[in-house]
Amino acid sequence: MRDERLIFEKSVEGRIGYSLPISDVPKVNINSLFDGNLLRENSPEIPEVSEVDVIRHYTKLSQRNFGVDSGFYPLGSCTMKYNPKINEDMASLDGFTQMHPLQGPESSQGCLELLYRMDRYLSEILGMEKVTLQPAAGAQGEMTGLMIIKAYHTSRNDHKRVKIIVPDSSHGTNPASAALVGFEVVHIPSDERGCVDINALKETLDDTVAGLMLTNPNTLGLFEEDILEISRMVHECGGLLYYDGANMNAIMGIARPGDMGFDIAHVNLHKTFSTPHGGGGPGSGPIGVAKELVPFLPVPVVEKQDDCYVLDYDRPLSIGKVKSFYGNFSVIVRAFSYIMTMGPQGLKEASQTAVLNANYIRKKLEDLYEIPYNRTCMHEFVLSAVRQAKNGATALDIAKSLIDRGYHPPTIYFPLIVKEAMMVEPTETESPETLDQFIEAMRELAKLAEEDPESLKKAPRKAHVTRLDEVKAARTPVLRWSK
Amino acid sequence: MEVRDGLYYSKDHEWVRVEGDLAYIGITDYAQHSLGSIVYVEIPETGSTVEQGGVLGVVESVKAASDVYSPVSGTVEEANEALEDNPELINEDPYENHIAVVRMSNKDELELLMDKARYEEFTKGE
Amino acid sequence: MKSSYIPATKKQQEEMLKTIGIKSIDELFSAIPDQLRLKEDLNLPDPLSEHELKKQTQELTNKNYDASRNVCFLGAGIYDHIIPSAVSHITSRQEFYTSYTPYQAEMSQGILQAMFEFQTMIAELTGMDAANASLYDGASALYEAVILACRYNNRNEVVVARSINPEYRKVLASVLRHSGIEIKEIDFYCEGDKSGTVNLESLRKALSDKTSAVVIQSPNFFGIVEDLKATSQMAKEVNALLIAVCDPISLGVFEAPGNLGADIAVGEGQPLGNPMNFGGPLLGFFAVKKPLIRRMPGRIVGETTDSEGKRGFVLTLQAREQHIRREKATSNICTNQAMCALTATVYLSLMGKKGLYEVASQCIDKSVYAYNSLLNTNSVSKVFDAPFFREFVVKPAIHPKKLNDELLKDNIIGGYDLSTDYPELKGCWLVAVTEKRDRAEIDLLADRVKNICQGGV
Repeated sequence: MRDERLIFEKSVEGRIGYSLPISDVPKVNINSLFDGNLLRENSPEIPEVSEVDVIRHYTKLSQRNFGVDSGFYPLGSCTMKYNPKINEDMASLDGFTQMHPLQGPESSQGCLELLYRMDRYLSEILGMEKVTLQPAAGAQGEMTGLMIIKAYHTSRNDHKRVKIIVPDSSHGTNPASAALVGFEVVHIPSDERGCVDINALKETLDDTVAGLMLTNPNTLGLFEEDILEISRMVHECGGLLYYDGANMNAIMGIARPGDMGFDIAHVNLHKTFSTPHGGGGPGSGPIGVAKELVPFLPVPVVEKQDDCYVLDYDRPLSIGKVKSFYGNFSVIVRAFSYIMTMGPQGLKEASQTAVLNANYIRKKLEDLYEIPYNRTCMHEFVLSAVRQAKNGATALDIAKSLIDRGYHPPTIYFPLIVKEAMMVEPTETESPETLDQFIEAMRELAKLAEEDPESLKKAPRKAHVTRLDEVKAARTPVLRWSK
Repeated sequence: MEVRDGLYYSKDHEWVRVEGDLAYIGITDYAQHSLGSIVYVEIPETGSTVEQGGVLGVVESVKAASDVYSPVSGTVEEANEALEDNPELINEDPYENHIAVVRMSNKDELELLMDKARYEEFTKGE
Repeated sequence: MKSSYIPATKKQQEEMLKTIGIKSIDELFSAIPDQLRLKEDLNLPDPLSEHELKKQTQELTNKNYDASRNVCFLGAGIYDHIIPSAVSHITSRQEFYTSYTPYQAEMSQGILQAMFEFQTMIAELTGMDAANASLYDGASALYEAVILACRYNNRNEVVVARSINPEYRKVLASVLRHSGIEIKEIDFYCEGDKSGTVNLESLRKALSDKTSAVVIQSPNFFGIVEDLKATSQMAKEVNALLIAVCDPISLGVFEAPGNLGADIAVGEGQPLGNPMNFGGPLLGFFAVKKPLIRRMPGRIVGETTDSEGKRGFVLTLQAREQHIRREKATSNICTNQAMCALTATVYLSLMGKKGLYEVASQCIDKSVYAYNSLLNTNSVSKVFDAPFFREFVVKPAIHPKKLNDELLKDNIIGGYDLSTDYPELKGCWLVAVTEKRDRAEIDLLADRVKNICQGGV
């Protein structure tokens, strides 16, 4: 039976969904203890439902959602790889979940050891000196890295460095994070190869530049071949290099940001290190830094003294704290579990296979779709539906039609520099059979776009809803249920 | 794309209709077209001062938010409150639905703006 | 050993290489300059099987003193509440936890509707007009609120009570360091019947026409309920906003900040069914009054209709987000804490109106019982006079650090030592007692504290 009601609309007065233990201490008279105007006049509209109601309701909702376990999710820039189940089991051990963050190092040696080892492992993978696990997500990692860049220049009394350079193909978080930390953002164009335009970069570089933010491979899925030249140029003018690690899944065990000349790098544990995306979060965005930036890391830093792990707060040059406590610990446990089961060869094989899979799809679609920078790609590539759009079927229509065929669509309309962009990232965890079926679906859609573009416009037909009116949602926002 | 006679145009796609010292300011047909369905317009506070090129308001569609820059300097005499509830008026007729009226402090600034012919030429290149 | 998460066989990979028209996987990486290509494997431990990993991880957890094997009286922002079993059965459904941010609304109606329900519950609890679909934690929700306020009224000073969680104030100070926003801290009364609450005279003095917002936490870090109405009136006098940091469980009993004049309500949602998890992930919530709705940071779900007129949900008000507006965005935030928000939604549904009230009132009953029991030992002394919720400050006869070390031997996780964050509260101890504690545990605490302080063991 179809039931579209909200949980509030299922509420029946007097029903309960959980039985609390009966209190065995004396009852306090709340009304005499507290001043009357501090107490709630009307109780909040929290639904009154039974446990069965709750389980049925949210189980039904889950059936209107699509996860990596449901099917292929080639969402570019997001690395929707399989989330191993053992990682979930490890993260749900009582010995982790029931730990209070403030109980002190003596009683939390297991947690601290795990954090310390993760710092060492990620430092090795990134080619960095030390890693902080505090940032809650990639964007917060960026903010932290930029705060470190600022602190570094300030510590050298170099106050004129106000600019952060980002390529026009960068993720939106890059300029947004730079603005949050008080930097001026300078965009530089990409050249005809889809890489940083070296000449444009040269013209931008001077003693007001604090740093450059770069994704490598970049958002077109291409490796910035001139990276050593770029980092030399930026360093020569006194700037620092920040590595946006969203695309780290292409190069684990193959090359390292530290060796490329980056001074700071973040990784998204929820992309590269297989932790689930959770319908939007929680993620985790640790950052690694080069040796001369270690003093600026957020506090506390987990250190090992003899055989004990300690939290070091006594760091006068530290930028302070960017998040409560030590980061998204249970996400870090999952990533730890992943690194431990993959080992060095496994991580390398993951990147190799991810790149192989992307190139395989690219090769098998290049005759039907425009591929603006068509050469060997890394773990993802960007195709353009311009040919199909001319006929009336846009990237959006193709994306929605993929839903009817059981796939989550690729990222569309990003990066902004490619028209009708569709960014495909298969990851290493998909079998060649799955890739072939997806290729078949994409080829069928290209054909349909030519023969009957109108039929794509009505997609999706098999989902729980048809296309939704986003204009209405934004014009007159209804953001909550009301009685 | 409609471009009207008798108006001044800026490179950021705003138009100005001059009535004495008052400048009626809105966004052009070209601008509303490239934004698509407008879902929200943030209008300036009456009495606030703006510089030429300063932010006068924000026009939002589902997939974009675009600053409206004031083509002239002056004091905001009136803001078009009708747009708060009916932002789609700009899509319906961008030239009849101004965003704000500014009392100009320097009418010479108008000379830096384009006329119909030059604006038409300008949008061809965009 | 080959990874079981990578399905392509050697033979299949060779065929794929042939399709691409190259001979080896190495060729795929030819764009990477040779000097950058690692010549050796990364220096990481050799891979473990699942079985071995379990064993090693168990050993790690054995080095921890967790709240399942120890009785927890520690709070200070993170609380050990009862979590119904049904919660994790929902949040471990793969359709939820292995999905992405719901950009493709048609195949994400489940999480979108759940987030809409979450927004409704937060708006209800806080008495605000709208809430977003969550932020990283209470601390980040607070800095986002301050940034919003300063942009909204074009002012650059915020007045912040020192009785706000020190962890939040530390994050606020470091994130705002380069923003041009100045933070003025306000002390609290140390004596009298209002002791422990924000000093209203100092507050009034700090306010001016430069003040963008007043930030107050209630119940504050010491567990004491603040008079939000009084602070909101003062804020209104200088046209500043009131940002209330609040605790969702307490709102089962106490008046909603929205009904007391708050313009923005933020806080930590961890107590709503989320495990403590050594401090992360947490659940920042963020709710506003109507004029601020379009300036809210983060993901927001809105109700709409599909092409057949059926109710559906989409991410909305996205035009000011970073992926569209880049450096002009309201915030740089991209991910949210959807799974923690889902947890809170399921938790609140299970508890219901009455259950939430019961949790909150048991927190009061049990913390009052513990407070009196501890005072009766004559080993701790009173610090503040104002009534509290779930948490209270006392001063034990010996230093809290030493006391906690001794309590741990009896499998008790003691309270928070206030000495570092508040020099004027040196030697003071912040004790949290949730509905999860029972009389026997509280009696044991009082008994042990008495023995330890009196020199016995």
